[in-house]
Amino acid sequence: MKYIDGFRNHLAAKAITEDIHKLAGELSVLNMEARIMEVCGSHTMSIARYGIRQILPENVRLISGPGCPVCVTDAAYIDAAIELAERGIHVATFGDMLKVPGSSRTLADARSAGGQVHVCYSPLDAVKLAKENPDDEIVFLGIGFETTVPPVISIVKKAKAENLKNISVLTAFKLVPPALEALAQDENVAVNGFLLPAHVSAIIGADAYSSFVEKYKVPSVIAGFEPLDILLGIKGLLEQLAGGKAELVNQYARVVKNKGNRIALDLIDELLEPADVSWRGIGTIPQSGLALRDEFAEYDASKKYNITVEGGAPDLRCRCGDVLKGIILPDECPLFNKGCTPLFPVGPCMVSSEGSCAAYYKYSR
Amino acid sequence: MQPITNIRGDQVTDTERILLGHGGGGKLSRNLIDREIVTRFGVEGPLVGLPDGAQLQIGKETLVFSTDSFVVSPLEFPGGDIGKLAVHGTVNDVSVSGAVPEWLSLALIIEEGLEMKVLQRILDSIKEAADEIGVKVVTGDTKVVARGQCDRLFINTAGIGRKIPGLETGVDRIMQGDVVITSGTLGDHGMAIMAAREKLTLNNDLQSDTGSVHRLVEAASKWAHGVKFMRDPTRGGIAAVLGEIVEDRSFGIVLKEEKIPYNPDARAVSEVLGIDLMHVACEGRMLLICDSKIAGNVLKAWKALPEGAGAEIIGEVTDDNGRVILETQIGGKRMVDIPQGELLPRIC
Repeated sequence: MKYIDGFRNHLAAKAITEDIHKLAGELSVLNMEARIMEVCGSHTMSIARYGIRQILPENVRLISGPGCPVCVTDAAYIDAAIELAERGIHVATFGDMLKVPGSSRTLADARSAGGQVHVCYSPLDAVKLAKENPDDEIVFLGIGFETTVPPVISIVKKAKAENLKNISVLTAFKLVPPALEALAQDENVAVNGFLLPAHVSAIIGADAYSSFVEKYKVPSVIAGFEPLDILLGIKGLLEQLAGGKAELVNQYARVVKNKGNRIALDLIDELLEPADVSWRGIGTIPQSGLALRDEFAEYDASKKYNITVEGGAPDLRCRCGDVLKGIILPDECPLFNKGCTPLFPVGPCMVSSEGSCAAYYKYSR
Repeated sequence: MQPITNIRGDQVTDTERILLGHGGGGKLSRNLIDREIVTRFGVEGPLVGLPDGAQLQIGKETLVFSTDSFVVSPLEFPGGDIGKLAVHGTVNDVSVSGAVPEWLSLALIIEEGLEMKVLQRILDSIKEAADEIGVKVVTGDTKVVARGQCDRLFINTAGIGRKIPGLETGVDRIMQGDVVITSGTLGDHGMAIMAAREKLTLNNDLQSDTGSVHRLVEAASKWAHGVKFMRDPTRGGIAAVLGEIVEDRSFGIVLKEEKIPYNPDARAVSEVLGIDLMHVACEGRMLLICDSKIAGNVLKAWKALPEGAGAEIIGEVTDDNGRVILETQIGGKRMVDIPQGELLPRIC
């Protein structure tokens, strides 16, 4: 248990916080504000859960990025999943997806109306479901970033090995580096430091960001999800800003290696290929997703059931896209806590426990 | 689509249906109860304010009456089973209403095909739990439904107890400066069930905390004048209990994260599943809010009991309007919110 408490030690937190305040003081002399984007949803959640925003100096702002997989899932994808459930196909998914609004309904609504929607903690639960119900068709909702991809596609690997024909994956996988690139190119995004994801980096490796940092010259630190990890990450970014540097630093080296996780990367490469994918609120980013290779087409639900993931019409008043890009804070959206709450969410950022609007609503209203 | 209205005049559309989240013990459950139950049955009388048990005046004596249904899956789990839970759940609701539980009803809904041996084990377990507390099962019912029409076994119990004289509790009595005490580690039950259901083999020791709190209530009743509020934090955890207490009140509650006792194994499961233990159910713990002057006495008396050995003072009542604030381990502060809807289905 030291791995939990060791990284939540209050004395260490106090010391790092003092350093952060000193560095922020140096920045304010230069009339500078640190605008740090935490890219990953788990960072957003952790920052809110430990009250980190409240102990930071005024000129250090944390901006939540697009790294919550549920939040960037297109309404059209939800519509497609609902359509599958309505066709009598069993839809298996991580629980967070249940309440995400599609164009007009959620998967929870579809389940309540009689659709077979199963919540799984592990993708392998879906394989079990397929074996136990050989006469039924099972589709697993394959969303997520590089971290989630390998366990989800292990479904395909297992199904192929065991000759299971009644299971497939509806893919909407997304990649972090192309999203960073899109953010860096967007003129509306004002960020001068990136707190890079922990688990995604464990898979893709620190080297995966080298060219990005070199090209865009933004201070970037890979940090873990524990509160001390995050504070150290922020401190590292402030040091770079104060010293006029723009480097890639791997603060989470106890887990993240330069080359990443070879086994996971090989599995991804064997089964998947880069694809254009649509991000809710952001739009299509070229080559920012992963789709099953043609040889695995029988496990690709969109091909198997000839279902298209496009069109969806989310509520136009919802500004999740601007929240995801850090252009506005969640409580600056006109719907925040007025028509959009975790109980009755309009946008996906309010749905997922990792969503920045939900984190704001839960912890800092 | 033609909207229809309920008794209070709320519009309900044809497409509105019951969601699993309506049973989660969070805001969605509360909305359903407020909109559909309170408007019909809770306008006046003992149901007003939705206490854990109804207080019924019979001559000079006050009786407390409560009921609960149990649909936990799996039926048997580390530290208990649906039978024990069915006794403890209702006994605890009666106890925290300030009464000594005396009588129970027992209604079984059994699915065709349930193994007789399982039923026997669960009935034995009910008897053992009831004997240990000293409550008697005095009436009951048995129904069998066809395969697929329920999941193995559902149980309903109702309980009646005698009110302990002088032990008057309620949210209205809570004042700034009062302290919040828990009788032990929080969230063990919910996490034990999830670990069993998901077959998480991180640890072998995590057990449900299912148990009776009647002795804890009895112990605290020695200082009845200073006891303000008692509740067993079941679905929704302490976040739901404390959140409901402060709702629309002129006081708030501040909790100190480092003081809140958690079982290391429950924490491990919660970290893996990404669940906040403050939202997770206990089935054998109680929260008590009391005058700070008697807190030391209550704590000492509780710690002397096996079921109160892990008791701790975890926070205090402040003037922060209607909010529960957690002072985090690292010195930050954040709001503690009432869980919304479905968190962990069928844990009790």
